[in-house]
Amino acid sequence: MIKSKSAKVGDWCFVIVCILVSVICVVPMLNLLARSLSSTEALIKHQVYLWPKGWNFEAYSTVLSDMKYVRAFFWTVFLTMICTLVSLTMTTLCAYPLIFENLRGRSVINIFITITMFFNAGTIPNYLLMKSLNLLNNPLVLIIPSCMSVYNMIIMRSFFYGIPDSLRESAEIDGASYFRILVSIYLPLSKPVFATLALFYAVGRWNGYSDALMYVNKEIFYPLQLFLYNILNNINSVEVATQEGFSSPGLTESLKAAIVMFSTIPILCIYPWLQKYFIHGVTMGAVKE
Amino acid sequence: MKKEGKKAPVAQKKQSFGVYMKRYWQLYVLLALPMLYLLIFKYVPMIYIQIAFKKYSIVQSVWEMPLAANHGFEYFIKAFKNRDFINALRNTLVLNLLDLVLGFPVPIIFALVLNELVFKRFKRVVQTIAYMPHFLSWVIIYGLALQIFAPSTGFLNMILTGLGFESIPFLNDSAHWVGTYIFLGIWQSFGWNSIVYLAAIAGINSELYEAASVDGAGRFKKMWHITLPGIKPTIVVLLVMNLGNILGSSFDRPFALQNNLVMDSAEVLATFVYKNGIKGLQFSLTTAVGFFQSIVCVIFLLLANWISRKLGERGIW
Repeated sequence: MIKSKSAKVGDWCFVIVCILVSVICVVPMLNLLARSLSSTEALIKHQVYLWPKGWNFEAYSTVLSDMKYVRAFFWTVFLTMICTLVSLTMTTLCAYPLIFENLRGRSVINIFITITMFFNAGTIPNYLLMKSLNLLNNPLVLIIPSCMSVYNMIIMRSFFYGIPDSLRESAEIDGASYFRILVSIYLPLSKPVFATLALFYAVGRWNGYSDALMYVNKEIFYPLQLFLYNILNNINSVEVATQEGFSSPGLTESLKAAIVMFSTIPILCIYPWLQKYFIHGVTMGAVKE
Repeated sequence: MKKEGKKAPVAQKKQSFGVYMKRYWQLYVLLALPMLYLLIFKYVPMIYIQIAFKKYSIVQSVWEMPLAANHGFEYFIKAFKNRDFINALRNTLVLNLLDLVLGFPVPIIFALVLNELVFKRFKRVVQTIAYMPHFLSWVIIYGLALQIFAPSTGFLNMILTGLGFESIPFLNDSAHWVGTYIFLGIWQSFGWNSIVYLAAIAGINSELYEAASVDGAGRFKKMWHITLPGIKPTIVVLLVMNLGNILGSSFDRPFALQNNLVMDSAEVLATFVYKNGIKGLQFSLTTAVGFFQSIVCVIFLLLANWISRKLGERGIW
């Protein structure tokens, strides 16, 4: 179809709107990057906008040589990997049996699960539970209490529903056990949903800090975000910077910028590659059965 | 369970329990762990709700604690006489309402705009960029907000003062802080929330658009008469969920963004409970607050769902 001139002008208007929106999304990150790479002097004089002034990698080298930060970083990487693995396993264990329509007790189980989505006991009851399970100040508290999201389970279950029953039925006729069917039919076909949920769980753990704030007092178990929160609020400062007597506000500022940058990069590097998967996942979660 | 009669090859007659279990036991084994998890971490905490009605004591078990005064409702009465609680309740409502009114339409509009883009590659790039903020934690967003909105060192205020304007206290003044809070919420979620609408738009029959073009409908006419009605069910479902959560409060966002200067408009129920409960050890009072909040959330959700069904929409169940 040939477009009229006014329609073409309209097209360009939408392009401009989108460019503006993208700029609003990106500017804070650019500003952060610029600050982390600028010299102390330029920062104190308020000269840094979107491009670094007086290139300076000191902030990054300081952060990288700060044992506390590096420790927190790798602890969080480790924690995130464990959490993702555990959560994916739990989610699969829950989603798979529920696709069998002739599973006895299925409707009761479904109600049992759904109630937890709409009613939450509250912060204090949860806290008292952790206390009575001896999970306070235990690194397991960062893994176990959040090891399955019912919402994500529903996403996985709708994905499983999309796998043709005939595949399963032919395997049943061949005498495969249900466990076998899961491992050799469902898991290999479910890469997209696993990629999506792995991303959701990993991002959740990487970005989460409230559980650590409430349940953990020992600084060695702090995930990166809580560590970062404390730095941003000057509750604790970077070890090296205080030890060696750097107290100039400019450096502290570029240090903070560099730390925020470091804490963001892993996720920013991963999510664009998984875009086509998570779009599908989000959409499935919104479709009700 | 009783859906026999389908051409299922598996025998569907009345099986004895033994025969049934012999076939299906593996599925129950698989389910055991998740069910145990839900039982312990979602249902067992409900036992502790009763301390909202009891005098908390650290040495007794929940069952043994004595009932609080006023037939157990002492702490609910205390909460409603507590100025800080009323304040937190008001803030929770105000912030959530503003989020709803200002934030809810944004992803819909954004999805409509994206849908009009003719350059597919460009569209994909814009989408990727718009999803980015969703992947940032609230602590990181707070870090970014400090760099952008800080009074003298912030990016925006540097520009404003550079142009000869007064700097704006985005983070340090209650009214401005509320604006910043709402803006950051929209910034973080509009792209992500547009995904669902884009999918709904993709599901609209394209013949409708062709027919409308033949009839001479312009771009905005098509948007108004085809796209919006097409995604109306999705909008309603999400609106119901949002309305149901009008008194709900996340913890991460307000806690990360609030500071001491703006506490009178930044303290919400979730942070109130954390500060007075886990930090302040007033367990009975804060459990009562949390319970009140959960109950109101459930009621609102049921109500919103009921209304949407009355209006002829599908609701969420």
